[in-house]
Amino acid sequence: MARPRPRITRDPNIEFVDDKTGPLVAFHGTRFKEISLPRGSRIIYPNPPMEPIGNLKAAIRYALNHPEESEPLFAKLRPGMKLTIAVDDISLPLPPMQRPDVRELLLTEVLSLCADYGVDDIHIIVAICLHRRMTGPEIKRMVGDKIYDAYYPDRLYNHDAEDPDGIVEVGITPEGDHVRLNKRAVESDLLIYVNLNLVPMNGGHKSVTVGLCDYLSVSAHHNTHALHRCHSYFDPRPESSHLQKVMDRMGRLVDEKLDVFHIETTINNRMFGGLVSHLNKPERTWNDFDRLNFHTSKAALDRMPEVARRKIFDQIAAPYGVIAVHAGKTEPTHKRILEKSFEQYAVPVKGQADVVVMGVAPITPYSVYSIMNPILVQVMVLGYLFNMYRGVPLVKEGGVIIAFHTCREEFHREHHPSYVEFYHRMLAISTNSYDIHQYEKEFVENPDYIHMYRKGHAYHPVHPFYMWYWGDAGRKHVRNQVIIVDADHPRVPQQLGWMNARTLDEALEMASTLTGKSQPEVSMFHCPPIMICDVEA
Amino acid sequence: MKAAAFYDVDGTLISTNVVHIYGWYALNVPGLADRLTRGARLAAALPFYAVADRIGRKFFNDIFYRNYRGIPQDRLYVLGEELFDRVVKKKVFQDMIELMKRSRAEGYAQVLVTGALDTITAPLARYLEVDHWFANKLEFIDGEATGELVAPVLAGPQKAETLRRFALEHGYDLNHCRAYADSASDIPMLSAVGRPVAVNPDTTLKATAHAHDWPVMWAK
Repeated sequence: MARPRPRITRDPNIEFVDDKTGPLVAFHGTRFKEISLPRGSRIIYPNPPMEPIGNLKAAIRYALNHPEESEPLFAKLRPGMKLTIAVDDISLPLPPMQRPDVRELLLTEVLSLCADYGVDDIHIIVAICLHRRMTGPEIKRMVGDKIYDAYYPDRLYNHDAEDPDGIVEVGITPEGDHVRLNKRAVESDLLIYVNLNLVPMNGGHKSVTVGLCDYLSVSAHHNTHALHRCHSYFDPRPESSHLQKVMDRMGRLVDEKLDVFHIETTINNRMFGGLVSHLNKPERTWNDFDRLNFHTSKAALDRMPEVARRKIFDQIAAPYGVIAVHAGKTEPTHKRILEKSFEQYAVPVKGQADVVVMGVAPITPYSVYSIMNPILVQVMVLGYLFNMYRGVPLVKEGGVIIAFHTCREEFHREHHPSYVEFYHRMLAISTNSYDIHQYEKEFVENPDYIHMYRKGHAYHPVHPFYMWYWGDAGRKHVRNQVIIVDADHPRVPQQLGWMNARTLDEALEMASTLTGKSQPEVSMFHCPPIMICDVEA
Repeated sequence: MKAAAFYDVDGTLISTNVVHIYGWYALNVPGLADRLTRGARLAAALPFYAVADRIGRKFFNDIFYRNYRGIPQDRLYVLGEELFDRVVKKKVFQDMIELMKRSRAEGYAQVLVTGALDTITAPLARYLEVDHWFANKLEFIDGEATGELVAPVLAGPQKAETLRRFALEHGYDLNHCRAYADSASDIPMLSAVGRPVAVNPDTTLKATAHAHDWPVMWAK
């Protein structure tokens, strides 16, 4: 890579490609690509990581003792009470954070307080909703050895959304949404939720209302109609996200009926540490060591089999720093956290692009220590990366997304068994959610998939449908005009209704034809690390 | 019933197998000398049976069941009930009981298709409340087992044939039927239905399941 000359820019997040710009780095699944964009292309970079809280334990104690619109936690505790603590699952943060996980620190403080007040009847439930059950070692990593040894497995376990005896109806909203939650949580004197917000879509009413619910309850908002009425999942205002609107009204019912003490945290975007810390920074700021490091690791990854590459990425733990801790009533707590979250993530951007280029990292909430199968590649491109905006999408309506990913036709048999059938059978019928939605019931009633969710470590059989619906907004906006560059298995993009290109130049030519412009406006969404573009049209 | 769910037994629903079952019978025949002889013969022949099973399940069945020669019929059936209560019942996979309950609730007829003997399958079928069951039967002459099985012997492709005939008789579309098995010898049976599942699969079945994208389940 030619050493770029230092450039003075007015906007640290935005760079325009000129003849002095060196190659840029994009994730390509478990590999990297060095790419060159046309002159005049815009590169959008995330904000640098915010400084974490200095004394996190003190901040946690302060939050518990000075909650939002609630009495302090200690005032809610009494000897002999029945207490349930729900905790976020393995789907965040991404990648998993370096130990100790902030949830371990939160749980330690909470349990210490409980011990002081004679609260013994405590269950800790991993709020997986319809995600896969976490394994023992995964839970141990999250909560720490002491808590794991003291509580697992009788008093520390995964939520089971399909346990016929383990779910109760809390109530029905005026709009007809059934709120059905974990029985132990509902019947407790106090429910504490220990949350870690990675993105603004997490937290708030999503924590209890979704994390501890069942299929009937979650289908109130995870359905084609609700998701088609969302403009951005990451803009939590009800007028922007119908999903959030429904979750909020269900959550308000929960807060009326149960005593919920919500503890919420958010983190900076320092995703990469140690030998890969250069990936946190724009390429123009890399020093010689960063460049050498990058080239060495790229060369090594290019020569490995995919299995080995995945193992390497599985070992990378993120040195995230916690930037806010708040506690109390759900909504005001969440509001404080969102302010900090957007302070870290929001990047102002003027103008949309005809073509958005993105590198897709081998990370999704649903493939931690797993395989990023084709359906998850789809959800990452059209569900997550496309939706990381407020205002209007970064790409114009009818525009094109060019994405780098290996797109391998591989599935984790234990985690994603229903995805295999969805990919081969449902997508052969149609890529339109309205056409395949009718098959959801068949999957949900499949006793084998249900068994694998309940007793194994499989995602609930409805999950691939939700992943597909999740991509609908993006699919509609760009008319499914997604070009994958250099797929290992070109059949995969075809099955998803996308296009293949061998190189970026070929993809840009195709995009030019699709947009009808000889020189389309190109922007690179240089993520990860995470950012949310505040786009003005 | 909208379709049927077919289950192999040994290794799929229970953690015992035909060798364990015969071993129990051998140690409970009348006469100490006979017990010792049968027990010793079984132990000595185990490596040979392992090889025979690799050659083919039907081949294994043909030679293994000769061990039953001379055992009285009534003793086999009476001991079968006792064997179930004392040994087999404790070895039933609880996960599979739950699965069968759910499967039944979803409208699937529950059917056992096994190479094990009817003497042990009958009490198991009652315990699991299945709708139908198919098992191997010993041939008896003058009230004593000859060591031969009554044709057709249920193993490998014959299990698939039994399953197909059952589905035809009951008007079930095989595309909607399910089958559960743990052994590579049951690949024909699994291949006959639209929804096969490998349960606690051996290495060969696991590789086949992965190659064909069949779900793999671990039950205990």
